[in-house]
Amino acid sequence: MVHLAVALEGAGWHPAAWREPDARPDELFRPRYWADLVLEAEHGLLDFVTIEDSLGAPRDGRTDRVDGRLDAVLIAARVAPLTRHIGFLPTAIATHTEPFHLSKAIATLDYVSTGRGGVRVRIASSADDAAHFGRREFPVPLPDLAEEAGDWVEVVRRLWDSWEDDAEIRDTATGRFIDRDKLHYIDFTGRFFSVKGPSITPRPPQGQPPVAVLSHVTEIHRLAARSADLVFLTPQDTDEARALGQEVRGLRADLLVFGDVVVFLDETEQAARDRKARLDDLAEFTSDALVFTGTPAQLADQLLAWRDAGLSGFRLRPGALPHDLSAITRGLVPELQQRGAFRREYEATTLRGLLGLERPANRYAGATR
Amino acid sequence: MKQIHLAAHFPGVNNTTVWSDPEAGSHIEFSSFTHLARTAERAKFDFFFLAEGLRLREHAGKIYDLDVVGRPDTFTVLAALAAVTDRLGLTGTINSTFNEPYEVARQFASLDHLSEGRAGWNVVTSWDAFTGENFRRGGYLPEEQRYQRAKLFLQTAFELFDSWGADDIAADKASGVFLRNARAGAFEHHDAQFDIAGRFNVPRGPQGRPVILQAGDSDEGREFAAATADAIFTRHGTLEAGQKFYADVKRRLPAYGREPHQLLVLPAATFVLGDTDAEAEELANVVRYQQVSGQTAIKFLEQVWNRDLSGYDPEGPLPEVEPAVGAEAVAKGRAQTRMYRDPVATVRQWRELAEAKNLSIRDLVVEVSGRQTFVGSPETVAEAINTYVQEDASDGFILVPHVTPGGLDPFADKVVPLLQERGVFRADYSGTTLREHLGIDR
Repeated sequence: MVHLAVALEGAGWHPAAWREPDARPDELFRPRYWADLVLEAEHGLLDFVTIEDSLGAPRDGRTDRVDGRLDAVLIAARVAPLTRHIGFLPTAIATHTEPFHLSKAIATLDYVSTGRGGVRVRIASSADDAAHFGRREFPVPLPDLAEEAGDWVEVVRRLWDSWEDDAEIRDTATGRFIDRDKLHYIDFTGRFFSVKGPSITPRPPQGQPPVAVLSHVTEIHRLAARSADLVFLTPQDTDEARALGQEVRGLRADLLVFGDVVVFLDETEQAARDRKARLDDLAEFTSDALVFTGTPAQLADQLLAWRDAGLSGFRLRPGALPHDLSAITRGLVPELQQRGAFRREYEATTLRGLLGLERPANRYAGATR
Repeated sequence: MKQIHLAAHFPGVNNTTVWSDPEAGSHIEFSSFTHLARTAERAKFDFFFLAEGLRLREHAGKIYDLDVVGRPDTFTVLAALAAVTDRLGLTGTINSTFNEPYEVARQFASLDHLSEGRAGWNVVTSWDAFTGENFRRGGYLPEEQRYQRAKLFLQTAFELFDSWGADDIAADKASGVFLRNARAGAFEHHDAQFDIAGRFNVPRGPQGRPVILQAGDSDEGREFAAATADAIFTRHGTLEAGQKFYADVKRRLPAYGREPHQLLVLPAATFVLGDTDAEAEELANVVRYQQVSGQTAIKFLEQVWNRDLSGYDPEGPLPEVEPAVGAEAVAKGRAQTRMYRDPVATVRQWRELAEAKNLSIRDLVVEVSGRQTFVGSPETVAEAINTYVQEDASDGFILVPHVTPGGLDPFADKVVPLLQERGVFRADYSGTTLREHLGIDR
């Protein structure tokens, strides 16, 4: 079985996607738009959606592209109560945010979705983004940013564990609401910051919501191996899928390894190519990930070859929304189901469950402080 | 007749909440938040209100365990509540000390979009290094700078909200013009606290800016609210005290070019209802003693005495020892302790009070910390609330039920219809945004 996710971004990943006939560019900042997309993904039994985010914006003066975005964690929280099965991995920026705030935000996302929250952690290396905070000098070398992001995840994870699962006792006999011996200071001290703890939010339903990282280079592979449950990679072909998968699994064997692919899907290969060409005429499109144009059956062939090369799943980036999302849920998914490679119904109630991850023990359980 | 504004506070981590009540539910499961919000919306309330805490409270070096402990993230819960309500305003406390304006502005602008115009922000300040230990910048702010930072924080956030015009997005497929204004979001801000520039990346929300709430009892707090807030809330005392506060804050508005209706006074209030006034009084007495257990009473005194009083009997007389002045505070992370800046004087007053009324330790704590503002039959409570509003002691109330999440249900079912009958509270929403509910300008 493969795992399947979609990466939601504006009107789609192609910068001209918003001009497609079925695009809804005037609704990109309305909750109904996001709810419709995620409900469609859930209809297709996908494992989770990721939601892109950034604390910056291009300052290039262009007016022909989608501009502006909403906070990804809040989009996820807004949509989660409307869904029952699908997981949410909104993007959080480790570089400029407080791990204390994000730890409770993702824990709360896990509560409002009853166990389907997670987070995709991103580094912001641009000086433009840093100027929005004005606290420090940029650029900062990538190894330092990666180390900081690793510390950030470490703090977030310790805070999730800073309450044991059974800390709330409501013991009327002694008048105690909690057993404070089951709450723990995390006392994190690193090169970049220190955080005391414990969290103000009790341990989330999944214990540890899944953490994901997108990686293109060795420093980030190492960050993923240190910090994540899931890594998104961008192989261009089957050989590279195998090599990249081996490289990160060499750093940590049990990491879930997903391949990212931008998809333009139509009933014929020619139609998909023509559609992408039409969009390319309106705006230039480059991508870090493989750009696939073709039919759902052709994509299924490709994905299964990558699975056989060692990938655990795929995060598909729809070129244009909603077209390529519906092509995934209504074309690719049945195709994979027919080949016995994808679920026919949701088999678990939590995101960790869907991903085949156990609920982890609390690192502090049994420790006395 | 003035129209009453009502809001519902999801009770937080203080001893108002009776967690031992058999009806008490979770303080963290989303179903509890949904229940209270839906009750408030069914009753046509203006908004839901969520407080925030950024460090668990401590007492004598240990996490305080006698009240509710733990709460969710403000923004995340409010965004999720937008999915299960349609009209109710969604307001929450966000600290201006341990956040950055760029991030908070984009969260509020996002919440305003995701709730289609229902976001509100209670701006609070903090100064203590104790809370600062949870944040990457560590440390804290000298107390005298906290209002300065709050003012500059809010000013900066307003600049960011205003950096997009309402019509900056064209999204015109045919011409290929997405953005009408190439400079949408451009900002530059330099002051004593913030030195930032670039592009704000969230388009203008339906309300332009979220509604701004402030809690203010101090002179500085009142002035800050008069300058910037849409609503001010406070703790609630007698009718006369309320009228004095009301007149005072409204009097400050002209200096900022604002009119009295532009700042609503909304005190927090608790309530206990009974079929008759006598029954309600009896019930209120039970609730007060549920809120203040013997252990809670001793801990409460320890905050003021600033020393270990665990050897004292809560049912006995007040301790004869004097408070330890100047020692490191026993209680940390509590705003409450700031109310007793002169512990020696406080203790003297309490001793006189206890003597005059023959009060035990627990009785005294119930007396000085009790919060039942409105006690009586639904008719009595409706009448009292209306009197406070019509006689200019407030513009309405933020109600704090003492049982989670069902504590507001009897108010919604029994008191709201009486206010509606009197024509002083809406029978249905006439607008869709929080600003419209509050009758304040966009």
